[in-house]
Amino acid sequence: MSQNSTFSAVARPLPTGRPAPEAAPIGRLHSVETGAAADGPGVRFVYFLTGCSFRCLYCHNPDTWKVGTGREVSLDEAIAEIRPYVGFLKRVGGVTLSGGDPLAQSGFAGALARRLHDDFGLHVALDTQGALGGGLADDWFEPIDLVLLDIKHADHERHRMLTGRPLAPTLDFARRMVRLGVPMWIRHVLVPGLTDAADDLERLAERIADLGPAVERVDVLPYHTLGAHKWAELGRTYPLAETRVPTATETAAAVERLRAHGLPAH
Amino acid sequence: MNAPLKIVATDDPWAGFVAGAWQKAVDVRGFIQANYRPFAGDGAFLAGSTARTTDLWEKLGGLLKLEREKGVLDVSADRPSSITAHDAGYIDRDAELIVGLQTDAPLKRAIMPNGGLRMVQNSLEAYGFHLEPVIAEIWTKYRKSHNQGVFDVYPPDVLAARKSGVVTGLPDAYGRGRIIGDYRRVALYGVDFLKKERLAAFHEIDDAVYDEKTLRLREELSEQFRALGELVEMGAKYGFDLSRPAATAREAVQWTYLGYLAAVKEQNGAAMSLGRISTFLDVYFERDLDRGLITEDEAQELIDDLVIKLRIIRFLRTPEYDQLFSGDPTWVTESIGGMGEDGRTLVTKSSFRFLQTLFNLGAAPEPNLTVLWSTGLPEGFKDFCAKVSIETSSIQYENDDVMRPHWGDDYGIACCVSAMRIGKQMQFFGARANLAKALLYAINGGRDEKSGEQIGPNFAPVTGEVLDYDDVKAKFERMMGWLARVYVNALNSIHYMHDKYMYERIEMALHDRDILRTMACGIAGLSVAADSLSAIKHAKVKVIRNETGLAVDYQIEGDYPAYGNNDDRADEIAVWLTSTFMEKVSGQPHFYRDAMPTQSVLTITSNVVYGKKTGNTPDGRRAGQPFAPGANPMNGRDKKGFVAAGASVAKIPYQCSLDGISWTASATPDALGRLPAERQKNLAACLDAFAAASGHHVNVNVFNRETLLDAMEHPELYPQLTVRVSGYAVNFVKLTREQQLDVISRTFHASM
Repeated sequence: MSQNSTFSAVARPLPTGRPAPEAAPIGRLHSVETGAAADGPGVRFVYFLTGCSFRCLYCHNPDTWKVGTGREVSLDEAIAEIRPYVGFLKRVGGVTLSGGDPLAQSGFAGALARRLHDDFGLHVALDTQGALGGGLADDWFEPIDLVLLDIKHADHERHRMLTGRPLAPTLDFARRMVRLGVPMWIRHVLVPGLTDAADDLERLAERIADLGPAVERVDVLPYHTLGAHKWAELGRTYPLAETRVPTATETAAAVERLRAHGLPAH
Repeated sequence: MNAPLKIVATDDPWAGFVAGAWQKAVDVRGFIQANYRPFAGDGAFLAGSTARTTDLWEKLGGLLKLEREKGVLDVSADRPSSITAHDAGYIDRDAELIVGLQTDAPLKRAIMPNGGLRMVQNSLEAYGFHLEPVIAEIWTKYRKSHNQGVFDVYPPDVLAARKSGVVTGLPDAYGRGRIIGDYRRVALYGVDFLKKERLAAFHEIDDAVYDEKTLRLREELSEQFRALGELVEMGAKYGFDLSRPAATAREAVQWTYLGYLAAVKEQNGAAMSLGRISTFLDVYFERDLDRGLITEDEAQELIDDLVIKLRIIRFLRTPEYDQLFSGDPTWVTESIGGMGEDGRTLVTKSSFRFLQTLFNLGAAPEPNLTVLWSTGLPEGFKDFCAKVSIETSSIQYENDDVMRPHWGDDYGIACCVSAMRIGKQMQFFGARANLAKALLYAINGGRDEKSGEQIGPNFAPVTGEVLDYDDVKAKFERMMGWLARVYVNALNSIHYMHDKYMYERIEMALHDRDILRTMACGIAGLSVAADSLSAIKHAKVKVIRNETGLAVDYQIEGDYPAYGNNDDRADEIAVWLTSTFMEKVSGQPHFYRDAMPTQSVLTITSNVVYGKKTGNTPDGRRAGQPFAPGANPMNGRDKKGFVAAGASVAKIPYQCSLDGISWTASATPDALGRLPAERQKNLAACLDAFAAASGHHVNVNVFNRETLLDAMEHPELYPQLTVRVSGYAVNFVKLTREQQLDVISRTFHASM
């Protein structure tokens, strides 16, 4: 199956526009996870917020796409869920806002980050693709200790094919984090046939290298199929049904390619 | 490496040790405290396995393969076992550094008919062996067994409870175990010293009132004295003079092991634990390293060789027993690490060396390596433990910070989770009572939900269509009172008879004369009972009755909070159950030999068997479905991950479960972090957090479900795949298919 047919085979209605900023700090959560170890440094409490502007072909959380879905919680209720773990989290890691893309609910996410940071002194990470951050004021990012930034593809056109959205806003976001002094971990999902071409990885490395020392780490995440069943549950056809997961050797080679550019890739 | 070890002849085996009161009277802890060197470094100093070790282990590998195929490789069915019954046996006499086998050949099992003749006969027949007629005649006509004694006194309600499965796994046909001799005493003092001490203890009570207590004690001391003599005799068969103290590290390992070997020649207890020997032995290793007598390679070799012996401890048991306990367990538990009362860590280089055997020899369920975890442990040791866990899934963790205030800093773990001061304390092992089934008895007025028979007392059953929380809870509490009474009666009977007909002579010879005894009760089905009550309280549970009016099924309308999600609405019910049953047990009028009642929340893998014997429960669990092991949340109901589940388990107070609270957690490697160093750090941090929250015990399994599925299909590729279950580790490929499926169905946390 050619890649173009993969792309065209999928019906992925894109959201029609940016959601309006919330007036009251009411959020919608897909779920919370009490002890995640691959979403920032140490062990993390993760809030999965619903809503995302991307429609990635390999998305493993398609059930978080729609912004109006999920469990409605007030800010206090969201804080109450983490409270029993605060002592633990301060010892072992911190909290990560993820999704979906937490910036799809930027009002709620910002208020939540502020409370977590100021009231508890927790390390707060923001797991995002960055594209929805353009309209936010600089002070929104004050309580953010780390951004986990997903760069889905280094090529503009293929980024659009992969996610349904342009790459530029993500790159703008990354440069803004550099300016604001927010450290970043860049994450790139390695999908055989989609994101692992040598020249694409070279271009990715150059783009990341341009960001300088603000990038503390680059994670090459091997594509996995653990989210495939969710597509079926949502009545959708999983576009990458024919795509295999990368071998350990392929992943290691991609890491080496990025490291050759002096990047702290793993 | 078969060159004779450089042994320096010395007149004083204690030369170089810091002197103290430990030299005048038996005081192993005093010796350790005066002489050990805490080690705060990491595992970089450790040595790999030598060619000798690898060859010996491979030689044994052939025999182990044959054993896996046959079930039992060979049996010495011609004679009952004793400390001196068999000649010296070897795997490869010229290659072994530490010697001694239970019989005259490796993996050849002994028979111990004192427990009960039928168990011996059934076991032999199941594996195609035959008992010598003269042995059958002796234990039929002339010699009574523990099993016969117990059944001479059991009351009818114990027999009924035993049959229905509301009480299960009682040690009434096999050795009770869970007694740890202080085997270190053999090395430190030599047997002559110990015999003198026993003789003095005997004569101290020459003028006591000759009541039953005194008479029993005097007879026991005489038996202990005799057993010590037999230990010396057995040592002589291997060419050692155990009457004197060990003079070198090699001798210290050998002497300690022979003390242990005498115990496993004499007893086939359900758990035959080793104690806490690594830091004790480290004193000898440090002395020999200082003297230039051994190198690190040689030190590691001695531990590796000892561990090879401990891995092939075997008892002859029936297939039913193996089904109850999973595989072929012996619980050669060695407790490692912990902190001293003075704040120094008890971690030494030898603590690392014992864990290193899991790399040098590969993963294994035995010995049951148990790390006494404290938030105060040195970071290098924490990281190493986490690394071993991630790569082998072979170690368990118990909270030293919770146990030390109760048991001091020289306790060991017997079996899975039972802490006891070494040489100063023992327990009367009591298996467990099935709380989930007792709940059904409460609903059915004492009638068994499967057979319909009246097993419990004829209390008024629940009659309405919808279960009422207060009504069920009150009836359940009353039923727990009945269960505790029947259960303690059974245990009093068992341990009276065990002392009488199957006394642990050598193990008790390696205890103080006056000891603390605990009556170790236990509960199974905690999460099922807790979730059932939560469902009754927070959802609507309708009863479905059969034609005789027996409640046989339940229909739940609505959702309920399940134990294991750090939700107090459910977790507090689990706490109530644990503390209430403990109160019911403590309220019983008599405990044999003034034992202190305790309980555990532990099932090993008998959660499968308990589940089989229990009908549909109000939490939605179907009849026959396995319980969750130990204090685990019900499989699949702990939806918030590892951390929330651990927080729930940590709420069960140790104070009302002093015999231990077992939690088994399985995570995929990815759930612990992306990179190996991160995984180690994250796991160590979680263990710290669990300990800080007063969690008592955790088994850590790190592997993918796919690995287990593959091992089911291709067992020959995974001879050493080790899986931790409640308080214990098993060879996955030795489990029954049913147990394998149970392990696979348990919650695997894809994130912590």
